[in-house]
Amino acid sequence: MSTVRIMRGREWARPVRPVRREVRSATPDLEEGRPPLLFVPGYGHGAWAFAEHWLGHAASRGFPAYAVSLRGHGDSEPAPEASLRAYVHDVVQVAAGLPRQAVLVGHGAGALVVAHALARYPARAAVLVAPVLGGWGTFGAALRRNPAGTLPAVVGGRLRLSRGQLFSRELPEGEARRYVSALGRASRRAQWQLLSAPDPEPAVGDPPVLVLGSPDDRVVPASALTRAARRYGSAPLLFPGMGHDLMLDARWREPVDALLDWLEKEPAAR
Amino acid sequence: MSTSTDRPDPEASTLALSRDGRPVSDRGDTVCVIGAGPSGLTAVKNLREHGFGVDCYERETGVGGAWNWRHDRSPVYASTHLISSRPFTQFPDFPMPDSWPDYPHHSRLLAYFERYADHFDLRAHIWFGTEVIRVEPVEGDRWDVTTRSTGGYGPERTSRYAAVVIANGHNWSPKLPSYEGLEEFRGEVMHASSYKDPAQLRGKRVLVVGAGNTGCDIAVEAAQQASHCWHSTRRGYWYAPKYVFGRPADQVNDTLLALRVPLRVRQWLYHWTLRLTVGDLTRFGLPKPDHRVYETHPIANSQLVYHVGHGAITPVPDVARFGPYGVELTDGRQIDPELIVFATGYLPRFEFLDPKVLGDDAGTGRPTLWLNAFAPGHPTLAVVGLLQPDSGVFPLSHWQAVLFARLLQARRTRPERAAAFAATVQSRAGERYSGPVKDSSRHWFEVGHADYLRAVQRALDTLEGK
Repeated sequence: MSTVRIMRGREWARPVRPVRREVRSATPDLEEGRPPLLFVPGYGHGAWAFAEHWLGHAASRGFPAYAVSLRGHGDSEPAPEASLRAYVHDVVQVAAGLPRQAVLVGHGAGALVVAHALARYPARAAVLVAPVLGGWGTFGAALRRNPAGTLPAVVGGRLRLSRGQLFSRELPEGEARRYVSALGRASRRAQWQLLSAPDPEPAVGDPPVLVLGSPDDRVVPASALTRAARRYGSAPLLFPGMGHDLMLDARWREPVDALLDWLEKEPAAR
Repeated sequence: MSTSTDRPDPEASTLALSRDGRPVSDRGDTVCVIGAGPSGLTAVKNLREHGFGVDCYERETGVGGAWNWRHDRSPVYASTHLISSRPFTQFPDFPMPDSWPDYPHHSRLLAYFERYADHFDLRAHIWFGTEVIRVEPVEGDRWDVTTRSTGGYGPERTSRYAAVVIANGHNWSPKLPSYEGLEEFRGEVMHASSYKDPAQLRGKRVLVVGAGNTGCDIAVEAAQQASHCWHSTRRGYWYAPKYVFGRPADQVNDTLLALRVPLRVRQWLYHWTLRLTVGDLTRFGLPKPDHRVYETHPIANSQLVYHVGHGAITPVPDVARFGPYGVELTDGRQIDPELIVFATGYLPRFEFLDPKVLGDDAGTGRPTLWLNAFAPGHPTLAVVGLLQPDSGVFPLSHWQAVLFARLLQARRTRPERAAAFAATVQSRAGERYSGPVKDSSRHWFEVGHADYLRAVQRALDTLEGK
């Protein structure tokens, strides 16, 4: 990894435009001193994706849980010109606004946003769920598996994911259809930056990082999960038989329980 | 997570004896931080983040140091606002909220530091109401720190630390120039440190001495509240507006810095911008600056020139002498103010430390340090925040603290790198990090933020280089 970058001339001279952001939350009835979790949805998804099951479940296990919609997603302010840097800014702003040092949880391309946010905010720990960390490998896999959804993105159109990629067959069709119809899109610039984004700078404070996903994910191949985990010096936690959207799929409870168990065990995260 | 067991416990720690026979409780690898102002807080946070135990001593009962208006040494007045915009003022890993204005008010700054302390759970490591009265080096590069309750009550206690961070601030000990006849003056005289509210000026004839940012702020308030205001400055200054081209001026300047536009070109552009927007200052009766812009600490004040234009401020030269009922200026003019406000700045003071430790052998009050932080011969000592940057100081303090934490780590893991760092401190102490600066006791720790942070980056890269 590269070294810490102190000179951030562009960030100082051209601050990211402030926007109104949607933050959904579920907090435990009794404050138990557990660190807050901040869930960051991937491109196309909004905070609703976590509000469906995971926020409530984390709160029922004593963790204050929050989810942010990146600008242009969910009920956050529209931002057709948004860049990856603006998304990172959104995450850091919300994290720094939480009462205590937070754990960042990124899903899909939200994991890329989290990986960059870790260089601008000293998270207590981070969890990358089915991470899309970008690069040409991601692009190749997407083209192979979903050419019709991927090709338009090359010319700035919307990156479209199919029901079959996002969910397992166990999820009732009605629910799957409802989720797919709720999907939005990331800005075209941020979509292109999936290919061209530089490697994230080193994480502030060297937090522990957990990678989890499904070997049957049809967006992120198992090899990409292993690569992502290796980058942070660990092995991925796998949940076979699930689609890319682990937080919405029929067996959503298993990954979130594993994530919370890990946080309870990990000494640095407590 | 921190618990109360992190605190010194005389039962648990080993008792040694200091040179003069007082008991010393040995705090092992713990680092001592003096002061819980912005610089102290960022030192506590970054040392904790790098795995060190920390005891922080704070003489007041809250965090925020100078920025906490409740503190008796706080220099802030009711209208104090930032003079550098948010991106230059916030800690690099804890941004201020987006919804805040470009130049927040001091009460917001305090809220920011309190939130920083709570977010990173720093208060558990701070001993409030405790002042440090002595810091002495002992063998093995360790330090004996003697503390007692603020105000001198209660017994003294001495603890031994692996390292010390001095973050006691430099804006609390007023600097008062001496003038002929000042004792005879029958009117009211105050230093800006005791100026809190414009009501103190209302209806009076006021002379404000000093053209720092505080002096200009007070002159502007006097222009609106006092019956008349004279503003005395020793030389002409550049009064930089807070906004140019519709954007905070420092952000415009850093656009040029990021493009690595050379200093001379930036100076030329700046002079040209000011000539077009503010105009010729000598036409207002202000003296012509005797230096180029960026050569003294920048004064960010959009309103001073405006009030001079209204005739509410009369610019005057330096004071020659005081009489019982009036003041004689260096150009021979006589004026008759009732209230004199000396906005003549502050001097850094380290009364708990032998000046020689900071390389101030002659006792002039000017330490000789490398990166304004590291003292030759004392590899486990750092001063944080002893900087007067042309931007916000807090990000600079943050990186000083990070560098010191990494240095302490390197002492354990890569002693040869730490030794090389110490040699650099020895050979390069006293370096400056700005262009040519007009020298006065106010300007010796003046730094350009870009030059300074580049130097810190180089130091960090050398320390950690592959």
